[in-house]
Amino acid sequence: MSPVSRGFHRRHSVPAGDVDRVPPGQYLTSDFPVLSAGPTPRTALADWTFSIRQAGDTSKSWNWQEMRALPAETVTADIHCVTRWSKLDTEWQAVSIDTLLAQVQHAASYVLAFCDGGYTTNLPVQDITGGKAWLAFGYDGDPLEPEHGGPARLLVPHLYFWKSAKWVRGLDLLDADEPGFWESYGYHMYGDPWREQRYAGD
Amino acid sequence: MAGTAIRGRLTWQVASVESVRQETASVRTIELQLPDWAGHRAGQHVDVRLTAEDGYSAERSYSIASAPGEPVAITVERLDDGEVSPYLTDELRVGDEIEVRGPIGGYFVWDSHDMPSQLLLVAGGSGIVPFRSILRHRERSGSMVAVRLLYSARSLPDVIYRAELDQHQSGVSVNYTLTREQPPGWHGYARRVDEALLAEVAWPARAEALAFACGPTPFVETVAAGLVALGYRPGLVKTERFGATGGS
Amino acid sequence: MDALDGNAIGGLLMEVFGTEMTVAVGTCATCGSAGPVAECIVYLRAPGTVVRCRACASVLMVVIRRGEMNCVDLQGLARLEAPAST
Repeated sequence: MSPVSRGFHRRHSVPAGDVDRVPPGQYLTSDFPVLSAGPTPRTALADWTFSIRQAGDTSKSWNWQEMRALPAETVTADIHCVTRWSKLDTEWQAVSIDTLLAQVQHAASYVLAFCDGGYTTNLPVQDITGGKAWLAFGYDGDPLEPEHGGPARLLVPHLYFWKSAKWVRGLDLLDADEPGFWESYGYHMYGDPWREQRYAGD
Repeated sequence: MAGTAIRGRLTWQVASVESVRQETASVRTIELQLPDWAGHRAGQHVDVRLTAEDGYSAERSYSIASAPGEPVAITVERLDDGEVSPYLTDELRVGDEIEVRGPIGGYFVWDSHDMPSQLLLVAGGSGIVPFRSILRHRERSGSMVAVRLLYSARSLPDVIYRAELDQHQSGVSVNYTLTREQPPGWHGYARRVDEALLAEVAWPARAEALAFACGPTPFVETVAAGLVALGYRPGLVKTERFGATGGS
Repeated sequence: MDALDGNAIGGLLMEVFGTEMTVAVGTCATCGSAGPVAECIVYLRAPGTVVRCRACASVLMVVIRRGEMNCVDLQGLARLEAPAST
């Protein structure tokens, strides 16, 4: 048993009023921690594209202007990181993934999101459609900063935030679920914070 | 025997705070009493663990500021958005207990019998801490190694251990560069360390000096690249990067 | 938010390997470059500890703390050479 360090406490705690918005094992933060498994990519907008690929071929691709011409919305969401911090009422400017996937003919059940820097994460198609996921290019009214995933990241707030892949450049449509970066190192394939699905087997 | 020694270094011990000394406005040195300390080498660090009442714990690493043979002391810089450093610099009192494990490290170390007869120490901010251990070890061991220290700090009040460093240990030459603010009449360097500054202060490459660079990551990268550009063999340039994450 | 180096995980590596490993020389399985673990790039602020090759940035090692277990993935390391105990 570790001795308690007199007067030491975590920086943030859950105010009683927000308890039912915070999944088990999480605590609230008022700042926005930056977590990363590698260097921050810096992709120029002129070089940026978002692609949907099937069986190695690109089915559809948008450059930055084309993406920004798509209907966008402001999304307010609570987000939950597997490292145990949660942040309520975050505000994003984003294009719905439904809008993007609607332009592709497919029968896929899963996707693998791929990103600058090599990060990947896997998701069921049904978890990124029906108004549950977005391609976010703005945070709190400003362009999304590189350290938070800019130019654009995935936003999938109902799952642990490692699924909201930073620096996303597209989706590979798949028939079977395939582990992405953290999943291949032992994190959960699905990642539901309300069932505390942090690690494989949880 | 080696197994027992490692187990000792791996085991978290409960250390009690023996004394605290304010070094600068945001930096404090904490001397610790450890029940089972087998000694350390200059340049090594300890891991510190704090546990809150609700079981939440946080761990950070801090370089040992004292020389081998002296009581273990760490020097902590308060990072405003840190979780651990403000506790150690503002809250912790003599008699309090924290968990410590170590000593840790075998790469960023200097033993008084090491071969090179010249040492170059380049410190950025709190990167000076392991160098205090090295300099005190040098003095206590009677080593004749010639040392050049280049210490980059924001301003003179931010220089840690200034009184001690200004004592001019024989064979140790100290150069400061104050990057943000200089006192009136300052004749020293007044800019961020770059290759040109290193060229003026560092031992020439042909001296085959052993170089240590310690401080924030961008500082260490600049120094290491600069020394290699001046002809230092990469194997003679040892680096230790601190970050907001590594020492907060 | 900066990357650190292998010095920052000296304690973790002692836990995993049972000995001081920052002086150990690791060979990257992707690009073949070799160097002390102390000089590898380390990301501590993530769902796991990620160690990358300084030459090519490929992942060398990932350590995830799961309860009381350290889960260590070393696929990115072709080889590790460390002093034997005497």
